Amino acid sequence: MSIETAPKLNWWNRIANPGQFVIWTKPLLWPLVIVTAVLFVVGLYFAFFNSPQDYQMGDTVRIMYVHVPNAWLSQFVYGVMTVSAVGTLVWRHPMADVSMKAAAPLGALFTALALFTGSLWGRPTWGTFWEWDGRMTSTLVLLFIYLGLIALWRAFDDQLRAARVIAVFTLVGAINIPIIKFSVDWWSTLHQPASVFRADGPRMPGSILTPLFVMFFAFTFLFITLQLKAMHTEVKRRRVIGLQRRMAQGDRA
Amino acid sequence: MTILRAMLARELRLALRGGGDVLTLVLFFVIVGAIVPFAVGPDRALLARIAPGIVWIAAFLAMLLGLDRLFRPDHDDGSLILLRQSELPLSMVIAAKLIVHWLVSAVPLIIASPFLAVLLSMEGEALWRTILSLLLGTPALAAFGAIGAAVTVSIRRGGLIAPILIAPLSIPVLIFGTGSITATQSSAAMLFLAALSLMAVALAPFAAALAISSAED
Repeated sequence: MSIETAPKLNWWNRIANPGQFVIWTKPLLWPLVIVTAVLFVVGLYFAFFNSPQDYQMGDTVRIMYVHVPNAWLSQFVYGVMTVSAVGTLVWRHPMADVSMKAAAPLGALFTALALFTGSLWGRPTWGTFWEWDGRMTSTLVLLFIYLGLIALWRAFDDQLRAARVIAVFTLVGAINIPIIKFSVDWWSTLHQPASVFRADGPRMPGSILTPLFVMFFAFTFLFITLQLKAMHTEVKRRRVIGLQRRMAQGDRA
Repeated sequence: MTILRAMLARELRLALRGGGDVLTLVLFFVIVGAIVPFAVGPDRALLARIAPGIVWIAAFLAMLLGLDRLFRPDHDDGSLILLRQSELPLSMVIAAKLIVHWLVSAVPLIIASPFLAVLLSMEGEALWRTILSLLLGTPALAAFGAIGAAVTVSIRRGGLIAPILIAPLSIPVLIFGTGSITATQSSAAMLFLAALSLMAVALAPFAAALAISSAED
């Protein structure tokens, strides 16, 4: 195949090169930081000063503005990891396994925060920090899966080989996500059923929904920013390991 | 078919002639169960209430114990590479290993479970339901275990990390397992348990084969 007939690189192939990926996405980082910061300032202002108290829960309702976005991200991040796992297994896309690795600690953090804020909210309203209710239990299981995946990443020496094995396990663990989503419908014990994403529209007044959505986007953009930065770090870490290995071999020769 | 039969015979021979592995597992199962009354006190009413959970925990732990010999010896002496070259697809090789693993590590537990159940003050119908629920649920435990063992086979100290990966997956089995002994709708829980086992056993060989072949190349 001569140079003329070789297919032009499209963006998909171009970002397959880790160095190119970093060059292409680095300019996105600062705008993302700014968007996240603005969203957080607006969202926190609404959440603290410009939204009504609940007629039953009083000020504790404001925990919701932190709890719901974290809970949403705990599942969304696993979704990102699942898509990345498919990318690793099907296309062997090099950035897919970087994304899979970078997302795992972030997902674990958001899941832990969702559980933590949930138990802080549960104490005054339900009278208990913890209850073995369907949704809480399945979220705890999700946290265990995240931590298991992190442990698995650390156990492998060869990160390229690790990626494909871990992708298989990520897909197996993805069974838990629909269980979390529908747990409140299947076992109606304590956690309330879905009240934002419903077929017949959200079941909340706009004064609560606005700050909730702003916080929702703030946390999602926070994740995107951190994910991108973590991917850049991972690319650099691999390059350092590669250089160290080459240096060690050079010493021996 | 003959290759599959030869594979089954090989695995069975290896498992049975490998020394007292089967006996060790049964002893572990009974001892873990029998240690609980010392920890919580020999109150018969309390023991009878928590006995289904104890039996299932003991079975879960005993099944974890035997996992390391599922792929590790074959990986260490290189037979796993040869098995991948065989005419038989790797998923079928793993299915054969899974069947034998269940035969040598779950069936002895099921046979021993009445003794443990009596020690834990279970009687009559509960005893039968314990045996039946173990019979229905252990294939799922074995299947999840096979996935965990396949994922960790290329890690040198994988034996420690596999249980961490398997435990979250096994939680539904434990829920429906104890549910099918105690709950009022025990037959529904039994059906769920059977469904879980069928699904896990059908899918696990493929997932495990994918994990092994991507770890090796």
